[in-house]
Amino acid sequence: MSASVPDVIDRLVGIAPGSRLDLIRAQRQQARDNAQTSYLSLFHPDSTAEMSLSERNAVAMFVAGLHRQADIAAFYAEALGDAALAAAVADAVAAGSGSGPYGHYPAGPLSAEDVEGPVYTAPAALGRRLAAALTHAHLLVFHPRDAAPPALQALIDAGWSTTGIVTLSQLIAFISFQVRVIVGLRALAANPGS
Amino acid sequence: MTDVVIIYPEHQEPTEFTRAMLGWRPWLEPLPAEELTDRHRDGLVDPARAKSPYFMLLARDPDILGARTRTDKDIFYNPNAGLPRAERELSAAATSRLNGCIYCASVHARFAAQFSKTPEPVDKLLAEGVDADLGARWNAIVAASVALTAIPLAFDTDSVSALRTAGLDDLAISDAIHGAAFFNWANRLMLTLGVPEAG
Repeated sequence: MSASVPDVIDRLVGIAPGSRLDLIRAQRQQARDNAQTSYLSLFHPDSTAEMSLSERNAVAMFVAGLHRQADIAAFYAEALGDAALAAAVADAVAAGSGSGPYGHYPAGPLSAEDVEGPVYTAPAALGRRLAAALTHAHLLVFHPRDAAPPALQALIDAGWSTTGIVTLSQLIAFISFQVRVIVGLRALAANPGS
Repeated sequence: MTDVVIIYPEHQEPTEFTRAMLGWRPWLEPLPAEELTDRHRDGLVDPARAKSPYFMLLARDPDILGARTRTDKDIFYNPNAGLPRAERELSAAATSRLNGCIYCASVHARFAAQFSKTPEPVDKLLAEGVDADLGARWNAIVAASVALTAIPLAFDTDSVSALRTAGLDDLAISDAIHGAAFFNWANRLMLTLGVPEAG
C-alpha cells in the first residue's frame, strides 16, 4: 500500500484543500482516511496472488460503468493500462447496462415485491476468470438479492479461490460505495445553499 | 480444501422484513480460528468478531475488512454533530429495505427504533417499503437513500435542497450520503456471501 497516493474521492469529486467540502469531510476524518485505505488495500495491495491488478481494475471499471459514471470508469480504465481490455470491458458495460435494484425474495409475503430483470453473462472471450468476475459483478450491482450458491460455484469453477471471491466481492461492493459517495458529495458541492 | 460452496439443504430463510434478531450462515468457509494471525485480528478490529462467521469469512482479506470496518464505525458512531444516530441508522435501514437485504435491514431497523425511541415509523418502513409515509424529515432521508441506491443514481442538487428543507445542515447531509453509500457496500456482501436465518 502507498501513503503517497492522493485521496481518490477528493480527486474525483474535485475537492480542493480548504474548500467547503474539504471541511465537511474533515469532520469525519476517520471515514475519509479509511475510505482511502480501502481503496489502497484493493488497488495497491500487498499481494495479488488471489486477484491480479488487471482483474481488479477491469472489475472496478465495469462496476463504475454499470453505475453510468463515465469519469470514474475512466479512472480505473487508465489504471488498467490495457486499451484492448478496456475496450472489451466498455463493450461489456454497454451490453450489461440497466436499472436496479431488482430481483427475487424468498418465496412468501415479499414475493409480491419481486422485480424481474436481466441476467447478464459476460463474454467468454474475456477469459474464464474475468468473464466469471464480471458476470458476478453484474449480479451484485443490479440484483444482489438473487445471489445464491450457484453464483459462487461458477466463480470457483472459473478458478477463483475462496479468498479471491472475498476480495472480488469486497471490490465490487466498495466501488458501489465509492461511486455513491462521489455522486452525493458532488451534488452537495454544487448546492452550497444560501 | 477450502474452495467449496456450503449448501444448507433444509435451510429456512426469513421471508419478511423484521426487527427481530436474525442469524446468518456463510456459503463459503470462514477462516478457521487456528489460522488467525495478528494481521487478521487487526482486520477484525473487535476481537469479539472472531465469533462471527460473517466477519471470519471477510477476514480472509484482512486489509480491506479492517478499512471497511473503520469506515463504517466513523460514519455511524462518530458522535460529533451531523445527523443524529437514529437517522444515520434510518439511512442504512432504508437502503437495505430497497436492496432487499433482510438481515441488514433487521439490524439497522432495530438501531433506528432504539435510538429514535419511535419504533412505529421504522416498522412502517419495513412493512410498506421506501414509499411509506414516515413524516417529512424521515421521508426526506429515506428519499435521499433511494436516490443514492437505485441505478441510475438520481441524487442531485434538488436532493440536497430537500434535505436542507427537512432541517439537515451540510454535515448531516454528508452523513446521510455516507450512510446510504455505505449500505450499498454492506448489503452486497451480506446478500451474496451467505444467507440469513431466523434467530
